[in-house]
Formats: sequence, C-alpha cells, structure tokens
Amino acid sequence: MYWEQKVETISRHELEKLQLELLRTTLIQAKQSSYYAKVLNENGLDENSIQSLSDLKKIPFTTKEDLRNHYPFGFSAVPLEKCVRLHSSSGTTGNPTVVLHSQKDLDEWANQVARCMYMVGIRNTDVFQNTSGYGMFTGGLGFQYGAEKLGCLTVPAAAGNTKRQMKFITDFNTTTIHAIPSYAIRLADAFYEAGCDPKKDTKLKTLIIGAEPHSEEQRKRIEELLGVKAYNCFGMSEMNGPGVAFECPQQNGLHLWEDYVIAEIIDPVTLEPVPEGELGELVLTTLKREAMPLLRYRTRDLTRFIPGICKCGRTHRRIDRFKGRSDDMMILKGVNIFPIQIEKILMQFKELGNNYLITLETIGTNDEMLVEVELSDLFTDDYSVLQRLTKEITHQLKDEILLTPKVKLVEKGSLPQSEGKAVRVKDLRKII
Amino acid sequence: MTIQQISIFLENKFGRLNEILSLIAKEQVRIIAASVADTSEFGILRIIADDPQKAYQILKANRISANISEVFAILTESVPGQFARTIEYFTQAGISIEYMYCFSTQSKGVLVIRVNDSEAAHEVIRRKNLRSVDQIGLREI
Repeated sequence: MYWEQKVETISRHELEKLQLELLRTTLIQAKQSSYYAKVLNENGLDENSIQSLSDLKKIPFTTKEDLRNHYPFGFSAVPLEKCVRLHSSSGTTGNPTVVLHSQKDLDEWANQVARCMYMVGIRNTDVFQNTSGYGMFTGGLGFQYGAEKLGCLTVPAAAGNTKRQMKFITDFNTTTIHAIPSYAIRLADAFYEAGCDPKKDTKLKTLIIGAEPHSEEQRKRIEELLGVKAYNCFGMSEMNGPGVAFECPQQNGLHLWEDYVIAEIIDPVTLEPVPEGELGELVLTTLKREAMPLLRYRTRDLTRFIPGICKCGRTHRRIDRFKGRSDDMMILKGVNIFPIQIEKILMQFKELGNNYLITLETIGTNDEMLVEVELSDLFTDDYSVLQRLTKEITHQLKDEILLTPKVKLVEKGSLPQSEGKAVRVKDLRKII
Repeated sequence: MTIQQISIFLENKFGRLNEILSLIAKEQVRIIAASVADTSEFGILRIIADDPQKAYQILKANRISANISEVFAILTESVPGQFARTIEYFTQAGISIEYMYCFSTQSKGVLVIRVNDSEAAHEVIRRKNLRSVDQIGLREI
C-alpha cells in the first residue's frame, strides 16, 4: 500500500521537525548559489535565523522573473561538474528558465514519482506507456525514471503519433498511461473511430493525467471512455517536474509530499497567507534539492489546502485540483474568469464534444467572450433543439461567470487539435 | 412506410456545403432531394439519397456530425393542388408538419415530410390511400 510507509504516514509533529531540519540544511546549500548568497546576505539571514518553521516567512519570495534574470546558472548551488542534467522551460517572454540537477537530485525525483505511482496501485507487473514529450518537458524523463525505479516495463512512446500509441497499447498490453487530459480524450476517440472499445479491447486500467487544468467532469468522461481510473498529478519543472503532488485512490485532492517541499498558500495580491482551506497561490520551498534549491518559489498555480485527514492514512496535506494558473486568469469587464470554470459547465452537456475554444474579442468598444464548442455525435435533426441547447449553455455559463458569453456550436473536429497542451483561450482584444 | 433521411450539422462557413456534397458525390451516391434549414449560426442539411447507409458511413468516416431519421415520402400526381390536398389530410387529423420539402418530376411529385406523430400519419396515409414510398420505390422515381 505504501512505497515508504514510515515517511508517508509520519505524524504531523515528526514531519514538522523533519521539515525544520531540512530547511536549515537547504539554507546552507542555497547560500552556495550566487543568487541566494546575495539575497540572504542582504536580508541578514542564514540557517541560524530559522529556529522554527514560522521563521520561513523572513525569507523573500523567489519568482519566475528571478529565475529568468539569473539565466542560466545564477541559481546553481554546486559546481557544474556535479550537475548531470539540465531542464529548461520555454521562454515565450524573455529568457527561458533553467533547472539543474545533481545525480542525487535525480534519484530523489525518481523516488518521488515512484512513490506517487505506487500509491495508486501501479506495480512492477504493470506496463507503463508515457505519451509525454521527452526532451525538455519534464513529464517525459520524470516519469521514465520514476516508473523504472518502481520496476514497471516502461515504454517511452513520447508524444503524438496516435496510431502508433494505439498499436503499442494493444501489442504490449499496456496497463498504465500517462497523458495530458486533452490527449487522453483524443486517444479514446481514435480507438472508437477505429472500431475498438478500449474498455474491452485493451488492458488499460490506470491513467495519470496532469499538466493541463481540467474539471472533475472531464476526468469522469475520460474514465468512462477509456475504462480506467484517472489520477491527477501535479508538478512543474522548477520543482523537478511531475511528482510534487499526486492523488491517492480516494481521488479527493493531491497529497503534496511535505518531506520534499514546504508549501504555503498566499493571497497573490497581499502576499499574506490565506486562511486554511481558502484559494490562493501555491508557494513552495524545496527541502532536499542539492544543485538548485529554491526558497519560497511562487508557482503561480492557484489551489487550496483541503482541510482534514485523508482516509488513505497518509499524513501529508492535500491540495485541491488546480483552479488554473494565475497567468491563465482572464479578466473580462473586470470579472476574473478561469477557463476551467467554463469547461466544467460544458462537460455537463452530453450533446457536446470535448473540444472547445474561448475567444476574447473587441466588438465596437465592448469586450466580448465567444465560446465555441464542438457537438458530439449525439445529435438531433431539429434545429430548434440546437437553439435551445445554445440558450441553455449560455444561461449556465452566465450563472457561473456572471457575464453572458456568445455560445456557438461547431462541427465535430473543426476546432484546432493539438498534440501538446490544448490552447483553450485566444485573446484578440484590442486595447482601446 | 418511411425512408431514411440524413441530417448534417453545418457551420456557416464558406464552401462547407460544397465539401460535404463532394464527399458524397465521390462515392457515387446519388442525392435525390436535399434541403438546408439555416439559422444565423448554423444550418442543417437534410439529404435523401439512393443509398442512405453508405452516405452516412462516408460522413462518419470524415468525422462529420450527422444522424439518420425516418421521414415520409409521399408520391402524388404532378398536377395543381396535389401538395395542398395531401397536407390538408394531415392537418385535418391534427398532425403537425415539423418540416417539409418537395420536388416534382414531369409526372410525379414527392413530398418529404417529418411529422410530430408518426403513427397517426401512417393512419392518414392508409385511410386516404396516399402512396408513401420506401427506399426502393424512391430509386425508381
């Protein structure tokens, strides 16, 4: 049941003791980097400033901007000859970010991923097919090493080429897949189009989904289509990659491994901690990283702690499914809207398919939202039914986001499909 | 006796009708009658074909949202007043026509109708001796 029972079920008191000890070690290590040497020195901080976990808040936040500004090696806390891997995230604006790993870091990361996979029942008898992009995207190598450590027969199928994915799943008796949600749906569609029922014609039983925010309705739909249990995974390249937090079989929140990170949830505007259970931005401090420790890193991901103790027996706190990234938030007419809110509504309609696109545009002097959504195969030949459907969707969206979007039903397959992360929002607004 | 009609969801997009009809044409399926109902956002193309199952398979294979429904095709003489008389029988029986399209050749007219109550429509057809054709009868027109 547990990969590492002792640490997974550690008492809160013991866990906090462990965190304090690891935090002090991390500070000593962080000081080796040119960036933190300067920041800690300027603030008069060292490991002795940390006498209890509440002293963490003395340390300034680290942002993605800081990583970019000290590209590529400003955060490196060990000589480069001790580093064995570098991951970099794309820099759509300005410099990319770089994360360095020592061999010890990679071993710890693999252990974290193995712990997650073991938690949801994956064993060395499983065949694990990874549909992540390999290369800089950490979902590829991250799961590869984790699954190998666990002992799975691991198939690095990598992204795309759906026909080949299907052939592998069938020929190798794949039981477990890692895929982003939009790709899992695409894969399921492809099976049905080929006249296969993945529930009967494959050995699939477990799906690991992550990287894209998705609603509970979307998860259920994927589970039904593929006949699997789907578990949420959370990670980011700055925090190694996948394995930071993961759902247990209860499927009610993701256990955040608190022997690897200290988590805080803050109000992104005031930067103060939010009350337990409330939504805010997740801030993480690494506890075991050697090559590149990060202190109070602002993840931009919005979530909340789920209060209470999990039935699975693990004591590490759970975070809720992600509400999106603070960067994904759209502000329309002063209202904050997340794509996930719209998806949640759309997925409740059986008449609708899985693909949708939100476009923000300026019409005259007004900013408007257009929601295009594909019809599924369930279909009527009565267009008044379709008009009623459009009205009903509009109505429910309005209840959720408090604005009235324009809803347009489109043909199946007419919205752009990507093999990578799905593009759900297009902002074409003019600045007036 | 009913025939199969294929309904296709059509976005208001330039050239889309042409694309769909070409797909069907390529496979040598003959379209006997067609109609487009449109709103400002989308349309529904309805087709009567000589081989509806084949037409449907072609559409499916091209990932086009379509479905098959049963409609009546009633054969009349092609003389003034025939269509009106035929519809009147349905009206008298309290049956609503949801939609209709019709076509005529030199000697015959065909009314394709969808009603709200198929059973009652069958009864009208029987009582009034209307000629409703089946798929095979349709090919011979």
